[in-house]
Amino acid sequence: MTNELITASAADLAARLAAREISSAELTQACLDRTAAVDGVVHSYLHVDAEGALAAARAIDERRAAGESLPTLAGVPIAVKDVMTTKGLPTTCGSKILEGWIPPYDSTVVTRLKAAGMPILGKTNLDEFAMGSSTEHSAYGPSRNPWDLDRIPGGSGGGSSSVIASFQAPLATGTDTGGSIRQPAAVTGTVGTKPTYGGVSRYGLVALASSLDQAGPCARTVLDTALLHEVMAGHDPMDSTSIDAPVPAVVEAARRADVSGMKIGIIRELTGDGFQAGVQQRFDESVQHLVDAGAEVVEVSCPSFTYALAAYYLILPSEASSNLAKFDGMRYGLRVAPHGIDDPSAEQVMAATRDAGFGDEVKRRIILGTYALSSGYYDAYYGSAQKVRRLIADDFTRAFEAADVLVSPTAPTTAFAFGDKIDDPMAMYLNDIATIPANLAGVPGMSLPSGLAPEDGLPVGFQILAPAMQDQRLYAVGAALEARLLSAWGAPLLHSAPDLTAAGKGA
Amino acid sequence: MSELTRADVAHLAGLARIELSDDELDKMVGELGIILESVATVQNAPIGDVAPMSHPMPLVNVTRPDEVRPSLAAEAALSGAPEQDQQRFSVPRILDED
Repeated sequence: MTNELITASAADLAARLAAREISSAELTQACLDRTAAVDGVVHSYLHVDAEGALAAARAIDERRAAGESLPTLAGVPIAVKDVMTTKGLPTTCGSKILEGWIPPYDSTVVTRLKAAGMPILGKTNLDEFAMGSSTEHSAYGPSRNPWDLDRIPGGSGGGSSSVIASFQAPLATGTDTGGSIRQPAAVTGTVGTKPTYGGVSRYGLVALASSLDQAGPCARTVLDTALLHEVMAGHDPMDSTSIDAPVPAVVEAARRADVSGMKIGIIRELTGDGFQAGVQQRFDESVQHLVDAGAEVVEVSCPSFTYALAAYYLILPSEASSNLAKFDGMRYGLRVAPHGIDDPSAEQVMAATRDAGFGDEVKRRIILGTYALSSGYYDAYYGSAQKVRRLIADDFTRAFEAADVLVSPTAPTTAFAFGDKIDDPMAMYLNDIATIPANLAGVPGMSLPSGLAPEDGLPVGFQILAPAMQDQRLYAVGAALEARLLSAWGAPLLHSAPDLTAAGKGA
Repeated sequence: MSELTRADVAHLAGLARIELSDDELDKMVGELGIILESVATVQNAPIGDVAPMSHPMPLVNVTRPDEVRPSLAAEAALSGAPEQDQQRFSVPRILDED
């Protein structure tokens, strides 16, 4: 690595900034230099705002020099998933329909990042409107996995996972509707949390499925993830589903890293069959680490999880078909005139605009949702899915009576190659089998690296789930496991990732 | 479970205001058929007398005092408009001519 600033943890950088050993301008420039060196091959960013980030960094340096007391992460730069509105910066959601759109307002998450003094480096790539598990559905081309550039960085938040895994930013924001924070974290050897539904404001977050969407933090360590979680979370009157309660003590839990006496529940339905051998092996080892750290292991059964994927792919398209109706070419975004029609009607313009502006996966889900909600089929599809959702929530309630947290592998396999699943939607959807139940029930979940699978040398993710509003338990368990794994490995997992600057020169 | 025909998909695309090309329609019919077959398994779950769940958290209505507060200026609201006229969104005709 050319510059150790880019590999340092956010917690470490924050301490050095506070001690004035480094400046935010220097740190932000190091991140931008790294982007110039590697993003040509990784393609994490859809937009880089070098000028804005450096201006924000210099402003923080000046305030610090003036002796002002600043928030913990002040001066630590961050990348923002391009599904969150940023005033004055393009917000595309990975879609052609929003190409060049510059929102007139900031999402609440971005407002909070700015209030915390965090320079915004740019906007990260995603599957179009966050629909996908690989970034192959981005209208602007896929992001690549820093561990193997021929493989997917996960999705939808593959821009955010790859931007931190390739050391272009210490922190990034994500959104998780069915695993879009946790699965990308798993396949890139990074950490990500989906908070309790309502824990982070959805205001200014372009909605995919409103009852499932939740924004959360992405980072390289559990403590860094907690520090960002604390900045992003908290009640917001602009989001009527925002929880009006104190943010769980996630940073304190990450620092204490204490699991002694805790009951860890292994979800029977999310282990064994269907999980890659090396994924299962690293999972089993991690469970043993937690036992060694003083936790007790029990097995729990969540029989309705078998139906979670089916319920999710009815509920999500139904909500998405309604949420995406606003992209109609009338008030913002793309407007396309239909071919061969003089003086077309507004409806004809809408239909032509939506055909030109949406990609295949978005069209597929909108039409599926339109069908699931249509008269005569509503009860059979959407209605049944909502009942299954209740069964899944009930399974969680019962499981959390037996255990303080639940654990599983985050994804069934390590990162797959580009093109492997792009023509088979159901195969792509199966990636989310372990992450989806948490979104349906609204409970918080985290993924952190549990090692490399022996058969392919690629990162494996370990998932922790906690009851609603008990997000701090994720951090207690995650930090305890991370500490033990770190001492077993001798160095952070990402330090064994390939040198991308060499790849850049070769490409 | 019903089979989705090409005509069904064309109708749904019309309802969703997406003008699909013939090629897109052909591809979509097959894909949606496979997806629907898979998601229809929700009907096999033991859901007989289960109450549907639309939202993960108990929802209560949220109100706020009826006070004027800052909002987007007209210029900002119109900043992304494909067309605008006299401080308004300009849209194609919405009625038939005859």
